[in-house]
Amino acid sequence: MKKIILLKEGELTLKGLNRSVFEDKMINTVKRKLKPLGDIKIWKAQSTVYIEPESEDFDMDEALSRLKYVFGIAAYSMAFCVPKNMEEILREAPVCLKETMENIRTFKVEAKRADKNFPFKSPEISAELGGVLLENFPHLKVDVHNPDEVITVEIRDNAAYIRGGQIKGAGGLPTGTAGKATVLISGGIDSPVAAYLMAKRGLNLNAVHFASPPYTSIRAEQKVKDLLSCVAKYSGTIKLAVVPFTEIQEEIGKCCPEDYFTLIMRRIMMRIACKVSEAEGCGALITGESLGQVASQTLQAIGVTDSVCSLPVLRPLIGNDKEDIVKISKQIGAFDISILPYEDCCTVFTPKHPHTRPKPGQCEKAEEKLDIEPLIQRAIGGISYYYING
Amino acid sequence: MNGIYLDNSSTTKPCKEAIDAVNFALNECWGNPSSLHEFGFNAEQLVKSARQSVAEKIGASIDEIYFNSCGTEGDNTAIIGAALALKKRGNRIVTTSVEHPAVLETVKRLAEDGFDVVYIKPDKDGHISEKSVRDAVNEKTVLISMMLVNNETGAIFPVSSLKKIAKEKGSPALIHTDAVQAFGKLPINVKKLGVDMLTLSGHKIHAPKGIGALYISKDVHIKPFITGGGQEKGMRSGTESVPLIAGLGAAVNALPDINAQLKKAQELNDYTRKVLAENGFDSFNSPADALPYVLNVSVIGYRSETLLHFLENEGVYVSSGSACAKGKGSYVLNEMGLERARIDSALRISFSRFSEKSDADKLCEALLSATKKLRKANR
Repeated sequence: MKKIILLKEGELTLKGLNRSVFEDKMINTVKRKLKPLGDIKIWKAQSTVYIEPESEDFDMDEALSRLKYVFGIAAYSMAFCVPKNMEEILREAPVCLKETMENIRTFKVEAKRADKNFPFKSPEISAELGGVLLENFPHLKVDVHNPDEVITVEIRDNAAYIRGGQIKGAGGLPTGTAGKATVLISGGIDSPVAAYLMAKRGLNLNAVHFASPPYTSIRAEQKVKDLLSCVAKYSGTIKLAVVPFTEIQEEIGKCCPEDYFTLIMRRIMMRIACKVSEAEGCGALITGESLGQVASQTLQAIGVTDSVCSLPVLRPLIGNDKEDIVKISKQIGAFDISILPYEDCCTVFTPKHPHTRPKPGQCEKAEEKLDIEPLIQRAIGGISYYYING
Repeated sequence: MNGIYLDNSSTTKPCKEAIDAVNFALNECWGNPSSLHEFGFNAEQLVKSARQSVAEKIGASIDEIYFNSCGTEGDNTAIIGAALALKKRGNRIVTTSVEHPAVLETVKRLAEDGFDVVYIKPDKDGHISEKSVRDAVNEKTVLISMMLVNNETGAIFPVSSLKKIAKEKGSPALIHTDAVQAFGKLPINVKKLGVDMLTLSGHKIHAPKGIGALYISKDVHIKPFITGGGQEKGMRSGTESVPLIAGLGAAVNALPDINAQLKKAQELNDYTRKVLAENGFDSFNSPADALPYVLNVSVIGYRSETLLHFLENEGVYVSSGSACAKGKGSYVLNEMGLERARIDSALRISFSRFSEKSDADKLCEALLSATKKLRKANR
């Protein structure tokens, strides 16, 4: 029995004349993920992409599992390919669908005819197939409103495709169609989620992490790599720059008023991130900031942070509650890693009473005594690069 | 120690990769993985890498693998954990009468505590039929434990049908398999096999003794057997045996392509059966479709242990009954309903991926020589 995979394209179908550019990028990602399992043939028809394995021992289950991580796919399913006549369809369907039907209680059949010359009309096909399935699986009932599973029969030009329900895809836009951006990644819950959400819109990702040994440990750095690995499963390889931040944090501690520590630290982090991003050809920064979550995330605080950036800052979580963010974190497998208790530099030099409504002028004054440029140069000079895979 | 070692189901010679990994861990990476400093971090990374290797080999994810000391510990943990976890939903445990003592003794303990244990017997070929499983499982069954490959005959049991049967019977049973003899020899994918827990052991695949691993599906929650400092996510306390874990990881990585190797093993098994049969040794107790690495054969009229020592004299090392039994007649062959004469003269030959056709030739020569000498001495 020939099995194929059908991919239903998501938002990229709205891309008009540029659609095939988006489609091709998604298909490239699919090829990369499925190639190790064996040779496949891929073709497109309307808003569906068909994947046909060339060999019998192609691991279907593994392929379906890998496709879960491809952006651009709205939904996908495995379909059985049978010759295009009613007799074969009615004979093969109960065999192919055996496992699916045994595990549900209610179903309905939907038939679609792309080939209008097929001698039976869609309602007739549904009725016939429905009848055969009820005969073969007596425990089943038909429910046209809210069935456990919808069985679909598609009559196309070359064959009939029978399939059970669809698997929800990763959604979003294909990786690589939106350009490249740099995510500022700490070991917390928010920044990996922000990275994932922006990758979902089609961005390739770089990352920047600030480490302050010996205040922070090598385990904190490993935690960041593990978190990026969860995101990389979806986005592809992430180039991570780990920036040595100890000297800067100690200087801030020496030269600046305590209630401005965090704000000044963030301003310098943004400056460094912009410089590194520009050198890597990135068009934006990404942070996990959510309005009001912590003292440095008030409107004014965000204002003074933005004022030193030469690139746009994308904050996909700005309007999200913690609860929503935790949900996504668990979904991408990052939550259990994020809650591991290793200090990262954001928590090490926290002021007792951070300033929550800073004005730009005040920040510059607080930064006066710092000789920022050489500090930044030295930090950038000490960067270690890593390539993180999924 | 030289000679032809054909007792690989008892234990295997550690491979160079495993020994090097153990040495490396002992010399260069001897920190406690729970330490927060660099010594600990490096040891932790070594353990993580080995865990990844084991997980990939059975199609599990890295957080479903728990290291322990051996297959016996894995069986104890899985069986007692599962039975206690589900005891409110039923009290029947289904297993086979030819499991390893690690399983049999453990379910016996549970029987003494009130569980209803059903032991499925194999048929005369050594197979376990799906029908016999169906007859044994009911809606009060909370655990089905069935080995994937029997250590005495090599018979492969229908583990992949268990989940389906449990569902059919309305049973909430957790499915456990002792895959100690199968791991590294048969391709294993825990999802396809439909098992909730799987036991494996290092010293059967050329890793050192004293290391094993237990797979527990992330959807399954059982209590740990050994409690203490909370290592292995609380599932198995005790400072991790970094050198042995590293050895296991290296041995797993050194495994050649399982399917290709299985084919070679089948060819060797076919050859061995042919050579033995040509020379009159044709009372095979292993079914034709058994794991080809194991060949159980009876030399009717000659006592197993005596033969074993005569073969040893010729430089050929095999097992009689199973190593654990230390010379008693095999209970597995007994359960299969074989005649006394066959049971008393049974030898278990078990190959490794390093065995060759010449080993089979020498075995046959040694058997001929041994039986000749014994006939002269009137047995």
